[in-house]
Amino acid sequence: MGYQYVGKNINRIDGFAKVTGQAKYVGDMNMPGMLYGKILRSTVAHAIIDKIDTEKASQLKGVHAILTYENVPQNRYTSTGHPYPDDTPLDTMVLDRKVRFVGDAVAAVAADTPEIAEKALELIEIEYRELPGIFDPEEALKGKAVEIHEGTGNIAGQSGYEFGDVTAGFEKADFVFEEEFKTPIVQHCPMETHISIAYIDENNRLVIHSSTQIPHTLRRLVSQAIGLPISKIRVIMACVGGGFGSKQDLCQEAINALLAFQSRRPVLLEYSREEDMVSSRTRHATTIKLKTGVQKDGRIIARSMTLLSNTGAYSSHGHSVALNMGGQFATLYSTDNIMFEAKTVYTNLPIAGAMRAYGIPQLNFAIESHMDNIARKLNLDPIVFRRKNICKVGDIDPVNRIEIKSCGLEEAITLGEKLTQWREKRSVYASQNSGSHLKRGIGMACFSYACCCYPGIEEVASARVMIGEDAAVSLFLGSAEIGQGSDTIFAQIVAEELGVSVDNINVIAGDTDVCPFDLGAYASRQAYVTGTAVKKAAALCKRDLLCGASKFLGVSDASLTLKDNWVMDEAGNKLMSIAELSKRMHYNLEAPTMIAHDAHFSPQENAITFGATFAEIEVDVDTGKIQVKKIWSILDAGKILNPKLAEGQVHGGISMGVGYALSEELLYDYTTGKILNNNLLDYKLLTALDMPAMEVHFIETNDPTSPFGNKSLGEPPTISVAPAIRNAVLNALGMEFNELPLRPEKVFQRLYCNA
Amino acid sequence: MFNIKEHFSATSINETIRLLQDYPGAKLIAGGTDLLVKMRKASPKCPVSLISLREIVELSQIYLTETGNLSIGATVTFDEICNNELILEKMPFLAQVAATIGGPQLRNMATVGGNLCSGAPSADSAPALLALDARLELIGPQGKRLLDVKEFFLGPFQVDLRDNEILSCIIIPLSSERALGGYYYKYSMRNAMDIATLSCASVCEIDAKNCLKSVRIALGTAAPTPIRCFKAERFAEGQQFSKELLERVALIAQSEAKPRSSWRASKEYRLHLVKVLVARTLKQAYLNAGGVI
Amino acid sequence: MPEINCYVNGELKNICVDYGETLLMMLRNRLGLTGVKKGCEVGECGACTVLVDGKPVTSCIYLALWVDGKNVLTVEGLTASGELSSLQQSFVEEGAVQCGFCIPGFLMSAYALLKKKKHPTETEIRNGIAGNFCRCTGYENIIRAIKNVNQTSTKAKLP
Repeated sequence: MGYQYVGKNINRIDGFAKVTGQAKYVGDMNMPGMLYGKILRSTVAHAIIDKIDTEKASQLKGVHAILTYENVPQNRYTSTGHPYPDDTPLDTMVLDRKVRFVGDAVAAVAADTPEIAEKALELIEIEYRELPGIFDPEEALKGKAVEIHEGTGNIAGQSGYEFGDVTAGFEKADFVFEEEFKTPIVQHCPMETHISIAYIDENNRLVIHSSTQIPHTLRRLVSQAIGLPISKIRVIMACVGGGFGSKQDLCQEAINALLAFQSRRPVLLEYSREEDMVSSRTRHATTIKLKTGVQKDGRIIARSMTLLSNTGAYSSHGHSVALNMGGQFATLYSTDNIMFEAKTVYTNLPIAGAMRAYGIPQLNFAIESHMDNIARKLNLDPIVFRRKNICKVGDIDPVNRIEIKSCGLEEAITLGEKLTQWREKRSVYASQNSGSHLKRGIGMACFSYACCCYPGIEEVASARVMIGEDAAVSLFLGSAEIGQGSDTIFAQIVAEELGVSVDNINVIAGDTDVCPFDLGAYASRQAYVTGTAVKKAAALCKRDLLCGASKFLGVSDASLTLKDNWVMDEAGNKLMSIAELSKRMHYNLEAPTMIAHDAHFSPQENAITFGATFAEIEVDVDTGKIQVKKIWSILDAGKILNPKLAEGQVHGGISMGVGYALSEELLYDYTTGKILNNNLLDYKLLTALDMPAMEVHFIETNDPTSPFGNKSLGEPPTISVAPAIRNAVLNALGMEFNELPLRPEKVFQRLYCNA
Repeated sequence: MFNIKEHFSATSINETIRLLQDYPGAKLIAGGTDLLVKMRKASPKCPVSLISLREIVELSQIYLTETGNLSIGATVTFDEICNNELILEKMPFLAQVAATIGGPQLRNMATVGGNLCSGAPSADSAPALLALDARLELIGPQGKRLLDVKEFFLGPFQVDLRDNEILSCIIIPLSSERALGGYYYKYSMRNAMDIATLSCASVCEIDAKNCLKSVRIALGTAAPTPIRCFKAERFAEGQQFSKELLERVALIAQSEAKPRSSWRASKEYRLHLVKVLVARTLKQAYLNAGGVI
Repeated sequence: MPEINCYVNGELKNICVDYGETLLMMLRNRLGLTGVKKGCEVGECGACTVLVDGKPVTSCIYLALWVDGKNVLTVEGLTASGELSSLQQSFVEEGAVQCGFCIPGFLMSAYALLKKKKHPTETEIRNGIAGNFCRCTGYENIIRAIKNVNQTSTKAKLP
């Protein structure tokens, strides 16, 4: 079916605002009498606050609010941006008497200027009774270890499953391979840090402008944290300068709300870059043990995985991330005998939360590195080995019971093989002579990823479409545009249904007083879930329009279509403009008709996005430095709704993946737990001079479960980049690196220091 | 908001020295890319008096001295070094060095004098100026003195600037007869916006028989201060260029380096890099001097 | 409080600033030019890039005092005519914009680059924007946008 707007390169609807500097982010708002909030951060990793004295700070002129654990509600909540009820531990309070990592919140201040607020923080006197700090997750589990959260044994969550008979599978297997993989703590680094403005409005309601991915969920979380009814809270999402999961959490809005209540003034709370990198959220560091039983013919017959995931000082998304890993573990390579065991552990390190692809980059690094290691030992081409084992249409994973209804993975691999001249390069690179200090390598990795959270947690989204009297369409959404382009996609969907052009559509999103309920931007869910709600709401409006047109024109509505802002007959003749139609429907003495519809959608199924990433690299064997020459990303994300925006998502995912592979790592002092590289000089994001060439291709399958055959795309492109690079290094050097990132010094150590 | 008590915009070197005498503790500022960042991170924050060198015309010149040397004013920015015609003609090596620093914005602000006076072991301009045998003109209440740049670095973030003294310009001797070849290798994680894990500048002159007539090798981040590798230089001088020679020179240079371990890189890794970088830069310097292999 | 005179986006301004005030604060807080973004405050991210006498600087580590007598151009100055410049148009059309927070800084770096050289090579473009971080785009479409600026368009030239 030919679409007019869906699947086309429509320019972003917020493009004009963003290139002119007119787009309003939270920090661009100013309110009369606005104060500046600052948070005092713990300088120790683990301690009880024996004494906290705010006397001197409170006497400082210009200070209007001071919060400590002594004067804030001690409600326990989880900061996780999930639907209610959430089974993650209620281990968090706005401020606690105990601090659990260097950078934990101790107190907060609101003052006339940022400088006064900072001065006030310096005047707060604290006596800590220090407790031993635990930074190693293995240590955390030892019997003698001090408990970071009482009664937990330092376990934030644990789970497991077994399907088939894994022990028998391993016994039967011709070969059994067992390996361990490690991934580091990394940080999202959105260019805009966490920021909010909170104030009490004229009706004594709390209003929060926030840079958030989850406006509705955030409202509920704030309600739980400070004990204010949801009806008394309004969250308004501003333009969001990137989130990548870090803003799928309640990080600072509750404390800011309390500053606003105490001062009765608007308060701007903006994290500094250093603060954001330590005290917002991070990606879980993991240790993953894999065991795989393989037959002589290369078929995998048994797999097991043991995961130790480090969630840091508070659970946040904690064990949910591990659960997500368990689901995809069983999906990509379907195996009759499969076992998964996971523990998520507390340590005195920054809080790990959601980050782009929610555990799957860690999982994927492990399983795709493992696949290449096994292929090497079996003397099989890694692609040949994968082909024998990848999942196919009709497979149902045993964990979530999701049936694969579309799968372009095989095709993606084949295309990548051709584009990269895989066979030729693999053999040439594997037998490079030692003449040059530069060695080339080529590698690949596959992935699978779900399209929403069903059946793990509730999935629902809603949309309201309202057509004005001149065919101007208002689209109300609870979903969140955080840069990925969702508002534009939804405008395209409405345009498609209603036959009006995209510039007729005005998107109003993320205001909990005005917009219908949605869970927000995470799990790459919005085009899949919200997209269906938008389509349904628009379809209801279309029915009204056609019904009205049929009445005015005296013809059957079945013979009419809406296209190019016109009501047309079957032959494509323009009968009446939609603007004229909506005007006549609104202003109608006998039967004025308002055209507005809500719809919601709750998927009771899920789909799987697939892809293959190919990487060509060059290693300088003198220094250990790896340069990525090119990345090919071939994705089956179903029907592509906007190729240009989709390609941009892939580019961004690749850049995050290359950073994950080579350079990004939040480093900490092993004795104090203090983060060492909390700035963009020492935390190595890649610059334009570090990025490889990129080539993006889409295998456009048509998934029957989504509004236009589309599948998830926001997170997936980042998933298999790191293992593809790592596997290319294996090709170049014949060395297995089972830990990320592949910093030059680690490569050097393997090249020169392994006797 | 920076905690700045007062800000004086000096218009001459003499005025600067007077201001330094009148306001003890005042800090000199030029590009601000080092000092302002340090001030932001400093705690507790106490107010600072600043004396700006930005309006002093005599500090911002690049010219040939009467004796044929290249003089670069202390407040010349790295972007100016990248694009200055005199430098591109007489000493393109310096432009190559300057281009490795930060990113475009930083190069528009950061000055060569500021970079040297920060005394950072990783200062990008230091190895090149060491290898070029540059001299520094320092002016204070007692007048002017000339100091070899290799005497300037006293320790980490410590330089030989006396009370109320300022760096006015950097004087680089230009070889009159033969072309001089130089090469700088900044080894860092990223290709921009980064500090050197290790850096090396090599400069050489060759004679008609492809012999190394003079060799100067300098390292950054390889010791508490930027250093010269004198033993390696002495060994190389007068020798015919060869792969074996490079290896020998690199090993000697390695013995002269005294890097430390930090969370950014281990001592072992830095030592290894010394060997690699010395060989690579000297080879390229040789080629740039017109040598053939 | 010292007083400075400078041109901001072509308009003469007479402003009193604090000694410790950054150019970033002056532009955002005193002049309402909030297109200039704050991303790190230590000159590392490039979001606050503006042009001072035609050269890109990170306004977060540039004192407001220092623009006395100088010309400042911010992203707001690119649309002085009310229409998008060809550079901005190209950013929109090439999908160079995602969250948009870094974009004003990139536009200023790109603008300075194109003023210096009308048709920069890809390497020159990468060098020209190497002081600006973007977490969304992998730079690819930003580079493409700079490469494909319609230099001949009569409708909306670079100002």
